[in-house]
Amino acid sequence: MNRSGRRWAPYLLLLPGTAWLLVFFAVPMALMLVMSLQEGSLSTGYHLTWNWGIYPEVASQYGGLFVRSVSYALATTVLTLAIGFPMAYTIAFYGGRLKNALVLVVIMPFFVSFVIRTLNWRMILSDNGLVFGTLKDAGILEQSFRFLATPGAVIFGLTYNFLPFMILPLYVALEKIDRRMIEAAADLYASRAQAFWRITFPLALPGVVAGSLLTFIPAVGDFINADIIGARSPEVAMVGNVIQRLFLNVNDFPAAAALGFVLVAATMVLVGVYTRLVGTDRLTT
Amino acid sequence: MSRISRWLLPGFTTLVIAFLFAPILVMIAFSFNDPRGHQNITWQGFTLDNYLTIWNRSDITDPMVTSLTIAVISTIVATALGTMIALSLTRYDFRGRGILNLLIFIPMTAPEIILGASLLTLWVAIGTARGLPTILVAHIMFNISYVVVTVRARLVGFNRSLEEAGMDLYATESTTFWKVTFPLIFPGILAAGLLAFALSIDDYVITLFSAGHTVTFPLWVYGASRIGIPPEVNALGTIFFLIAFVFIVVQIWAQRRTGRAAGAEGAPIAPVASR
Repeated sequence: MNRSGRRWAPYLLLLPGTAWLLVFFAVPMALMLVMSLQEGSLSTGYHLTWNWGIYPEVASQYGGLFVRSVSYALATTVLTLAIGFPMAYTIAFYGGRLKNALVLVVIMPFFVSFVIRTLNWRMILSDNGLVFGTLKDAGILEQSFRFLATPGAVIFGLTYNFLPFMILPLYVALEKIDRRMIEAAADLYASRAQAFWRITFPLALPGVVAGSLLTFIPAVGDFINADIIGARSPEVAMVGNVIQRLFLNVNDFPAAAALGFVLVAATMVLVGVYTRLVGTDRLTT
Repeated sequence: MSRISRWLLPGFTTLVIAFLFAPILVMIAFSFNDPRGHQNITWQGFTLDNYLTIWNRSDITDPMVTSLTIAVISTIVATALGTMIALSLTRYDFRGRGILNLLIFIPMTAPEIILGASLLTLWVAIGTARGLPTILVAHIMFNISYVVVTVRARLVGFNRSLEEAGMDLYATESTTFWKVTFPLIFPGILAAGLLAFALSIDDYVITLFSAGHTVTFPLWVYGASRIGIPPEVNALGTIFFLIAFVFIVVQIWAQRRTGRAAGAEGAPIAPVASR
């Protein structure tokens, strides 16, 4: 290859993939913002009227929905952290030679489709299913008891589905910790609890942040759990359910796009804060 | 070792593993169920029929073929495009890396519904009918980022002197690439391809917005579930899980072999880990 070819090589390698991401990711994002400012309908066509009023309108109509989605996602993040941390800690510190095997075990549920796993949970948790049917027959629960379609059920489903996203980054962070630091703390008369809270936990913090984002972001936009385990109850619907309905059933594209844009803006702020804290290069490698 | 590390943590870990596998065990059990009607929620009796009837039901096999076609094509294209980006990012210095990193990073972190919905806005804006080609475009899009990240992880710490040695021995640039570089990064490319395939074949959310009247396997399952989970779905899920399970057992076996060859570490093995 000649000199000028060498100079262009990085750009030629980048071009096709980057162009794909620009045209089918960045441009659609911008289009969604434009769409939210248009007025019209699918049959009459849409016209750009710079209708910024859609945002306060959407905020007043769906504000409660956002609060609900964010609180479900926060509850999910706290639960996955509470379950995932001891799990990741055990694998990292006591996994021994089977560490990698245990990590694979955590990933294995992914080999069954997300939809199929969630459907099977609905079946397990259904009113007369394996768990509650048995408890009702034993007389422990009243016949009218219902778990599906409750907020707890949706949070349960979200916690199940996103748990591996919490465990894996926690494991990576905990695995990297130099054990001699903890030994040094013990040598300096730190109790086990002190050593944990002042050495192990702070060093695992990047994993906590990454895991929390990887759980919170998909959870806040999720609609499958509210749909399947939430049994399509409007009482537990999340932002994602409404975006999906407005886009695909009602065809109210501007309102749907506005909702989507608010959701993505909130997410971007979170990612921005995170990249400020730890740097993109460390996150993407 | 304290009581916490000996009993509490391994016990807890075992419980979490049980939690992770609960719906899968139920799926496997009910794939052998012989239900009456559409409801597959109570145990009626053992049968292998679900495994035999799948292949005669075109309402199941057609979406399966569609999904496999999409997964294969999108994996090949995304792996090629993503590997090129990864190569460029790790071996050249150029302006705009920061923005490029964001362009790769954001699709992985944005809620899926946003990726799907914004693509739908594009299809509406340019008046494209939705179907197989639009699904393919969407799958390639969300797979590129994962490929870049996976291949780049393999390229970091790559020993450039091996390539220089090739060049010193009068290999041309392309010979060096195919005989030295490519074989060395191939495990990373393979891992990226497997990941892309898995993500593509399982995708529901993004596909939904670009599908039109095309039905992929996850879309079909979702639609069918409105009446009840057909037992054939559990049978197919079980088949896929078994394939993955065998794959993992082979992996673990290979790892333990290399672990033993490298000499046993003194690290304690938790009771849960030893079985």
